[in-house]
Amino acid sequence: MDNLLRFRDDEAHEEPAVTLDGFLDQSNATAVRLEDGEDARQLLPFLDRLALIEIGFSAFGDGRGYSAARILREHGFDGEIRAQGDVLIDQIAFMRRCGFDSFSPETPLDPGDAEKALARWNHVYQHAADDRQPIWNKRHGQ
Amino acid sequence: MYKYDNYDQEMVYTRVAEFRDQVERRIAGKLTEDQFKPLRLMNGLYLQLHAYMLRVAVPYGTLNSEQMRMLAHIARKYDRDYGHFTTRQNIQYNWIKLEDAPDILADLATVEMHAIQTSGNCIRNISSDQYAGAAADELVDPRPYAELLRQWSSFHPEFSFLPRKFKFAVIASDEDRAAMRLHDIGIQMVEQDGAIGARYYAGGGMGRTPMIGPLIRDFVPVADLVSYAEAILRVYNRYGRRDNKYKARIKILVHEMGAEKFIEEVEAEFAHLQGQNIDAPAAELERIKGYFEDPAFETGLSDEIDRSDPDFAVWLDQNVHTHKQPGYAIAVISLKPTGGIPGDASSAQMELMADLAERYSFDECRVTHSQNIVLPHVRKQDLHAIWQKLVEAEFASPNLDLISDIIACPGLDYCSLANARSIPVAQKIAQRFKEIDRQKELGELKLKISGCINACGHHHAGHIGILGVDRKGTENYQLLLGGSGAEDVSLAKITGPGFDEDGIVDAVEKVTDVYVAEREDGERFLDTYRRVGMDRFKEALYG
Ligand code: HEM
Ligand code: SF4
Repeated sequence: MDNLLRFRDDEAHEEPAVTLDGFLDQSNATAVRLEDGEDARQLLPFLDRLALIEIGFSAFGDGRGYSAARILREHGFDGEIRAQGDVLIDQIAFMRRCGFDSFSPETPLDPGDAEKALARWNHVYQHAADDRQPIWNKRHGQ
Repeated sequence: MYKYDNYDQEMVYTRVAEFRDQVERRIAGKLTEDQFKPLRLMNGLYLQLHAYMLRVAVPYGTLNSEQMRMLAHIARKYDRDYGHFTTRQNIQYNWIKLEDAPDILADLATVEMHAIQTSGNCIRNISSDQYAGAAADELVDPRPYAELLRQWSSFHPEFSFLPRKFKFAVIASDEDRAAMRLHDIGIQMVEQDGAIGARYYAGGGMGRTPMIGPLIRDFVPVADLVSYAEAILRVYNRYGRRDNKYKARIKILVHEMGAEKFIEEVEAEFAHLQGQNIDAPAAELERIKGYFEDPAFETGLSDEIDRSDPDFAVWLDQNVHTHKQPGYAIAVISLKPTGGIPGDASSAQMELMADLAERYSFDECRVTHSQNIVLPHVRKQDLHAIWQKLVEAEFASPNLDLISDIIACPGLDYCSLANARSIPVAQKIAQRFKEIDRQKELGELKLKISGCINACGHHHAGHIGILGVDRKGTENYQLLLGGSGAEDVSLAKITGPGFDEDGIVDAVEKVTDVYVAEREDGERFLDTYRRVGMDRFKEALYG
């Protein structure tokens, strides 16, 4: 896992993630992996006992994982959400906003480039899964 | 009109810096073309037949004179001295060099402009009624709502890798001048029990499978305008097809799922989003509205216009529209001169339009979806002076909504996807009907040409539509009749076998002859077609 870029203070989760089907088949696993397009809402009853949800990106242009991560956060999941697969530098800022807090890209990211990409935007226009205030709140003193 | 504050300005500058960095990484080989493509597309940069094409956003079609002058500057400095105004109220440049693109974006940013999300599978620039704030028939100015949606959709982290591009139109009158129901989401601002809200349509579109968007919700309170859009986009992002790019638009999802089931999904998502702080504070809409207040109209102006110059009277009758304010009018500058390229304007013409807007129209002009330019607020007493300046510049075609006011896509002259040329066909038709009296005799007639099935030229929505197809390696044109992008929206139908380039011009003439023979009092071409039906026209064409 030397490609792992992580934005959490707790220990990285060691247990390998099981598939969604495997998990729903009454596994006791604490880590699960969603493929593109698998329904994150199926995990909602089990969020309490999950430590890691890995979301696979088979192609960077497939944006379903962004909704999956946000839905998980909107339901209060505070474990690790990891983006794995075809994850590129120009996407990680958006991914952070949708609730991803670790990245395990197929092609390693240059840590300097990643830092630059994440620091780039001082403001955001809309609410998402992070706690950043949209510009329209800042304008009106919120 | 809307003005950036420091936040908006910083966002645009940040984007320029980001794109400069991406272009550098591409040139240094750190990004492959495959990886770079979605990034350049999100900045409006397409690779075309001969060069890069850059599409610049004109939010809800509104420009001030400084912005119009900048568009002229870009045409002169980085392109071949002209630009092309598009059916989505934007402007495109056809001859751009990749290495110039960051500098162009930096120039645009100085006048509060950009190319953000003008292409790519994201929420595109939001279009609106070109007469917003001036039309006598509007309930409210739709642009503050469009601006709210512009902010929400800019750099949206969840919706930047949608199955396909996504287009909004927002209007606020019963007359639809923006082809609202042919958009992925169409919104009409309406009133219910004294409150303003949004009527949402979704799943409209043109392209190879044209669809008229069904009604999704009759009334969404303004306070939920954004979260309702968020709910629709989330349903689309999760369930829209990604296996086939020709079936990836939301129209296919709505169609395959059925509107009822789709609505159910949206309502469930909307209910879930309640309490998540998605919507803007009410004060933000008020702040935005402040920028769209009426300009300082003079009162007590006369409505009299001296019609003694007959050429002026022709232009007046055709290109001037009723304004809500006594003494004022809406004047339309046609970008459809006979023999010209529909929607093209030279840098000198852009500068003239900027001057006219500054001097006569409270510094504002608009781009229309039929590729013309509007001076929204002119005093009636100035119309003659404006017209004279247009005449001097050979820019006073009195053909608004007539047969030569053609929408045509770039077609095979520029576009890598084209089957056939569109521009020469438009030119030949305009030439065939060049006598303005003959055009006026035919009345309102919307003719729209696309060079392939992607329908950038809106042929499905033409009273007369023309579609370029490839037939055994030669260019061939199908004729369609009976479409409309207005409030009486309908999709045009193919008449039968296609025609060659000269044949299609003859065919257009034949169907107009049928109209003249068959029409009853006050009927437009479209009305006659709807009454007498396709067969009568087919007979004349193939009989
Ligand atoms: C020359 C380069 C261009 C290319 C390669 C291009 C490509 C395309 C493609 C592939 C589609 C179909 C998308 C789909 O249905 O999913 C499309 C649709 C469209 N394009 Fe273009 N286009 C070009 C220029 C233009 C221009 C100049 C305009 C405006 C004058 C325009 C306006 C539109 C519109 C209005 C649609 C229909 C949207 C809909 O399906 O709802 N395009 N274009
Ligand atoms: S309709 Fe076809 S030919 Fe015309 S611009 Fe669009 S993609 Fe190109």
